[in-house]
Amino acid sequence: MEAFFKEAVVPHFNFWIYVIIMMIGLWSVIAKNNLIKKLIGLSIFQTAILLLYVSLGVKEGASIPIIDHHAAERSLVGDAGAINPDLIANPVPHVLMLTAIVVGVATLGVALALCQMIYKDFGTLEEDEVLQKIKALHDDV
Amino acid sequence: MSDHLPVLVLLAPLFGAIAIGLFGMRDHRVCLPVVLSALVLSLCCAIGIVLKVHAGGTLDYFVAGWKAPRGIGIVLRADAINSPILVVIAIVAILAAVFTVRHAGERDTEKTPHFYILFLLLCVGLFGITITGDAFNVFVLIEVTALTSYGLIAIGGSKRCKVAAFHYLIMGTVGASFYLIGVGYLYLKLGSLNMQDIHTILASNESLADSRAIRTAFVFILVGIWTKMAFFPLHGWLPNAYSYSPSGSAAILAPLVTKVSVYVMVRMMVSVFGLDHLEANVEWGHFVVWLAIIAIAAGSTMALAQREIKKMLCCLIIAEVGYMVGGAWLGDPQRWGLTGTVYHILADALMTSCLFLAAGAFAKWHGAAKLEDLSGLFRKMPLAATGFVVGGLAIIGVPPTCGFYSKFYLIRGAIEAGHWVYVAALLASSLVNAVLFFRIFEIAYFGKNPVESHGHGDDHGHDHESEPVVRREPPLHALIPLLAAAALVILLGLCNGTVVEFIRTGLIETATVVSTGR
Amino acid sequence: MKAKIFASIAVTITGAILLYAVTDFPNFGDPRSPANAGVEGGSSSASLYYIENTYRDTKVPNLVTAILADYRGYDTLFETVVIFTAGMAIFAILRVLRNEDAPSAPDPESTNRTIDGDHHRIIVGITCRIAVPLVQIFALYVVAHGHHSPGGGFQGGVMLGASFILIALSGSLRDALARFSEASYIRLASLGILIYAGVAFLPLVFGRNFVDYGALRGLLGTEGEEMARSHGIFGVELGVAFTVMSVMFAIFANLSTRGRLKGGL
Repeated sequence: MEAFFKEAVVPHFNFWIYVIIMMIGLWSVIAKNNLIKKLIGLSIFQTAILLLYVSLGVKEGASIPIIDHHAAERSLVGDAGAINPDLIANPVPHVLMLTAIVVGVATLGVALALCQMIYKDFGTLEEDEVLQKIKALHDDV
Repeated sequence: MSDHLPVLVLLAPLFGAIAIGLFGMRDHRVCLPVVLSALVLSLCCAIGIVLKVHAGGTLDYFVAGWKAPRGIGIVLRADAINSPILVVIAIVAILAAVFTVRHAGERDTEKTPHFYILFLLLCVGLFGITITGDAFNVFVLIEVTALTSYGLIAIGGSKRCKVAAFHYLIMGTVGASFYLIGVGYLYLKLGSLNMQDIHTILASNESLADSRAIRTAFVFILVGIWTKMAFFPLHGWLPNAYSYSPSGSAAILAPLVTKVSVYVMVRMMVSVFGLDHLEANVEWGHFVVWLAIIAIAAGSTMALAQREIKKMLCCLIIAEVGYMVGGAWLGDPQRWGLTGTVYHILADALMTSCLFLAAGAFAKWHGAAKLEDLSGLFRKMPLAATGFVVGGLAIIGVPPTCGFYSKFYLIRGAIEAGHWVYVAALLASSLVNAVLFFRIFEIAYFGKNPVESHGHGDDHGHDHESEPVVRREPPLHALIPLLAAAALVILLGLCNGTVVEFIRTGLIETATVVSTGR
Repeated sequence: MKAKIFASIAVTITGAILLYAVTDFPNFGDPRSPANAGVEGGSSSASLYYIENTYRDTKVPNLVTAILADYRGYDTLFETVVIFTAGMAIFAILRVLRNEDAPSAPDPESTNRTIDGDHHRIIVGITCRIAVPLVQIFALYVVAHGHHSPGGGFQGGVMLGASFILIALSGSLRDALARFSEASYIRLASLGILIYAGVAFLPLVFGRNFVDYGALRGLLGTEGEEMARSHGIFGVELGVAFTVMSVMFAIFANLSTRGRLKGGL
């Protein structure tokens, strides 16, 4: 047990956390009846992915992906050791996750707009009640 | 400018959408000319790409000019697999745009510019997904497509379309997130997002390709895309979303969105994970083909149970997705199954377009939402009904429509791979389609109780007396795209030899280029 | 109950697959992991290329900004399009353009009311009035300084949007709409994408590829292509900021009034 913990969990701690957070989100997306709670779950779900990506760009002891001016200028004139890649975090996941954040915001906005319309039309945000009322609509036709 | 065709094909609708945003809000008359000219421009670019690919093979376009080393910038890649799909997207979009001339958002005609902006951005997303060579870029464009789809579905006035859009949103977002997880795992193990780069690494390193993370990545990418294409157990969102959306939206969403997702799956198989690798793991293929068989059976069964035209067509889409997924995974050595899948993407886009245009026209000008409402259709609108018949025959698979040939190639692949159950499922599903459509034809041709049109929606009663039927076709802007789609369905069938040969050069070229890791 | 059982099954399976893969991952924080340094024995990863060459290529020390707007600028264009799409979709879903519920509309007096019904929130109103220009100046700084520090079009754009939302919250939505009307935010959102796509499109005129700002050297009068890229990145960020600002405010305005743009919070 302890060996498993040391080998599998500790070195990948962030990844374990990300999976757990994501499953919390997925659970509420599927199991919750209230549409807003589903959306909260969806947001948690998407945010967990941010954690995954950002974790995989981490380097032990490295700083933010912004290059120091002096080091940058020195690297231009041929000082190969001026920029040490080990001390600069991987910028790519940050770029990708900026996109994913934006996508998450956009999706959430549209989803909230839909919720408002559903509430206006059906007077409830509980999924089972909405579905019942839709069925009633169906029978009228 | 001809070097820039891969990017111009999607810039045309993008600039069109911007133009509507800037000038179309005040004056709605701007919208349609902008939409049509942008899409025609895209069509020209797409045809140009096909010709270039035909002449010179795969076309790479390095956005921002970052060529070397690979994976620094984003690359757009047009080859024989995706360039015909671009053409079909442009054609279907033009047909749908013409169809929506007068009833963009159906009830809210004030929202015409918003409708057309979403419409054009949907085209941008679809073109982008099809042409990109970057795994993460696919995610961004999938989201563009998805958000526009939610808007286009919910723009209608009905109460149900909002709920349908909400469910679609939940499923779609989870699906896209799964895809994103998959891409993340690939990036984590391989350090690259460029499809070809990923493939080169995987092809040269067998143990890496079989590692747990990569397999998981593949599973998540597949499940994500399957959600997007409504592959059977994940199909829940599709029937409501497409049948309750406005006819104009359905005319573009139903033919294209699922098909482009199928293309993404094919692309992932061919140029990310590699056919050789998949062929080495046959049991995966068998498993997916069985899933596809279940999907075909379920789609056909659900279609039999439907009373509404659009719902029935939606269930048929689910069955068709089953054909394509199954065909792609047959794994026969000559790749006839995969050829059939790519050809079926083209064929199904046109067939579905034809049927949804027809269903939209019937709902609008015949007041027909249910199957029995179609009675007297042949006498009232013979031309439109003929278009519908052509679409129906294509779905059944009657020669010389394209539906026949795509099934022919799929079955050929299945026979070579020895998947007899898949062959049986395909044939049984065709039989079900035949039953479905001949029932409709019978109602439409021999129906005793013609219903006079009320011009709108579902609110007519059944207590009409038989009246003498006046011939009244739908207006030209609805009739022309319908007949054009029907003509294209036949044309694609007649040209199947050329198209298939073209696709096969792509499949075999891509496969060999990639496996030698150029 | 059925949903809960189904959810448990789905969550267990998905979680198990994900955890099964996690054990195969490189260690957390490992600078030699494939994502950070490339696959063993293969070519070095794009990430290393960026770290070593971004400054030489673009004169932008902030790697995230440079990758976002230049190397992967094509992605970011569609990211901006996603924002714009969201604005348009919310508009299409919510906006009430016909005066459907005119009789039930609240009287004009109450449209000026805030959520707690108080007309005279003097302290809050004046504080916010002072804060708004400061927020906006800082937002512009964030947009412009994205080359050197964390920031850029998205962050600055959100702040700009927030400044208008602050006006709406502290006063009324009518005040905010008087300064930033519906027609202007739609136009500005489109304009933002036009700026982005336009700057990215210009190199095509000079016979170079899409997003290749280096081609703008002659146009901008810079010495080398690096500086042209740097300026190109700034132009693009500005477009992003416009779109994000407009759409953020549009989303707020529509969501808070259910598309009527009257009354609200």
